[in-house]
Amino acid sequence: MPLPSIEERAKTAKEKKALYGVDVDLESYESEASPHGTIERAEDLPEEVKKAALDVGVKLDKETSGAYVQMDQTPVHTRSLFEGVEVLDTATALKKYDYLQDYWWKLVAPDADKYVADVARSPPAGYFIRAKKGMKTVFPVKSCLYLGSTNLNQRVHNIIIAEEGSELHVITGCTTPAHVQRGLHIGVSEFFIKKGAHVSFTMIHSWGKEVDVRPRTGIVIEEGGSLSNNYICLRPVKTLQMFPTATLAGRGAVASFNTVIYSTMGNIDVGSNVNLNAPETSAESISRVVSVGGEVIARGRMTGRVPGARAHLECVGLLLSDKGRIYSIPELDGQSKDLDMSHEAAVGRISEEELEYLMARGLTSEQATSVIVRGFLDVEIKGLPEDLKQEIKNITQREDLKGS
Amino acid sequence: MLEIEDLSVSIGGKQILKDVNLRIGPGETHALFGPNGTGKTTLLNAIAGIPRYAVDSGKIIFKGMDITQMPMDERAKLGIGMAFQRPPAIRGLRLKDLIKIINPQADAAAILKKMDFDAFGEREVNRGFSGGEVKRSEMVQLLAQQPDLVMLDEPDSGVDLENIKLIGGAINQLTQKDIRPSSRTKSGIIITHFGHILEYMKTDRAHVMVGGSIVCSGNPSEILEQIKKSGYEGCVACLCPA
Repeated sequence: MPLPSIEERAKTAKEKKALYGVDVDLESYESEASPHGTIERAEDLPEEVKKAALDVGVKLDKETSGAYVQMDQTPVHTRSLFEGVEVLDTATALKKYDYLQDYWWKLVAPDADKYVADVARSPPAGYFIRAKKGMKTVFPVKSCLYLGSTNLNQRVHNIIIAEEGSELHVITGCTTPAHVQRGLHIGVSEFFIKKGAHVSFTMIHSWGKEVDVRPRTGIVIEEGGSLSNNYICLRPVKTLQMFPTATLAGRGAVASFNTVIYSTMGNIDVGSNVNLNAPETSAESISRVVSVGGEVIARGRMTGRVPGARAHLECVGLLLSDKGRIYSIPELDGQSKDLDMSHEAAVGRISEEELEYLMARGLTSEQATSVIVRGFLDVEIKGLPEDLKQEIKNITQREDLKGS
Repeated sequence: MLEIEDLSVSIGGKQILKDVNLRIGPGETHALFGPNGTGKTTLLNAIAGIPRYAVDSGKIIFKGMDITQMPMDERAKLGIGMAFQRPPAIRGLRLKDLIKIINPQADAAAILKKMDFDAFGEREVNRGFSGGEVKRSEMVQLLAQQPDLVMLDEPDSGVDLENIKLIGGAINQLTQKDIRPSSRTKSGIIITHFGHILEYMKTDRAHVMVGGSIVCSGNPSEILEQIKKSGYEGCVACLCPA
């Protein structure tokens, strides 16, 4: 009997709720968006798109190895700007490369839940990024996923392939302009990090108060490969749920996840899930959450299946208001002897002592709180080029982060 | 500069200071001695205005103003600075950034260099610092703040001899000991147990605190000598008999 097709599998999951997160009624969103025209030059992008992209760290300047901009359902601007990197939209890539079928829906199951199934049943839109064998660049590929129409269900399916020995940095900004009252973004991403390849993937979200967001990410890392995955969300969102899963499949593979959340409202359920399946693999997951309102569930799960695997989880939360909730759920699952797995989790308030210390230097209570909150969110991110590190720092530092 | 009148302070309902009287004139630097747990730190913290330190009675007058009820950041802006005995570490805040926050006009590089602390500008404030490094971090911050009244809570504890000299020099600078006494306007008060630091800085007067009150005042070297010879009680009995 032939295996069911992607479409058939997706169909069976049409009503399948996600394991985590608030359930979203897909029917309440529109799945069709008016198409946008192709934009050849980055400088010709509409001003509001450029502005929104800049706001989430996507500056399409000379220091860019590739660019991808998607407005609603249309990939409007796709560029490869460094010989070692190829950027295409996925529909084009699927036509160009037959081998892509070996990657398409291999890390995220099309019937995983109704959100994924919805993407699987839609025409492909999203980026295909390939770092060619042995090619390295510190200039990042920059992508912007722009949800510009109210009530739209934006579906994206991305593929990243870092071929053997390559180095690739990707920064993705996902955003809605202020005039979009309501929307849904579902982003499926499948990352293949081959032998000895190094990838950093940084995602910055800036959504609206009535936007539901459901990223679905699967990652596989082969022997000696590494991933530094960074996620930043400092602006309000209605609901956000994601639990990216990375499998360390080859000897010595390394994954590190950094998550920075500042919550003012809504329901955010985020975390990372790492399977350590090969010897000498290691994984680290660090999340810093500040809530002045809204519910944040910070998950982390590490499963060690072979001797010698090392994993560390850190979920630290600052809860600054009675209106907020931080629920930290670190999970360690050891399935072999000789593992080294640990976690630390803490939820608390700003220390009086630190506050007084800064106030003794002349800072007001508000200034001192802001300095402490920014410092708390300033996670030391490893494996990123200096410029990108600085860019991320600028984003976490510029926000007007207050106590309650 | 500073006048403390019949000050009584409690923490969590427990009285620590009882009827303390102290006067520090402009340009004067005073030393405060006393056994552990006698209320020296409490006095400095109460002057700084840390909210946990409740003033039950008495007054704190600074530059002619009653600051007894003033919030601590306003006291700092008015010119009160403090080197904490055990300051906290601040995650994610770099020392050079804190210098700029304290005083945007400050020359951070010069201040760090002065305290032989260049390498620490990029470090998070007090994080992973040794005991001696913490004390230099405190001095760096005070040099940026340039307070009119500098309060030093054991700036020499845990510090090696070479750095004690460096810290003493910074205190002399903060309290204008490099200019003639009649021109000095900045004042200081220092808590120390060992007195080593007093070899490297100038003090004008010393006080002994016992049981939450100042029981003896006088010449710093005389008092220190008596304490070394006969302990705090002996010193008080000898120099300031009831």
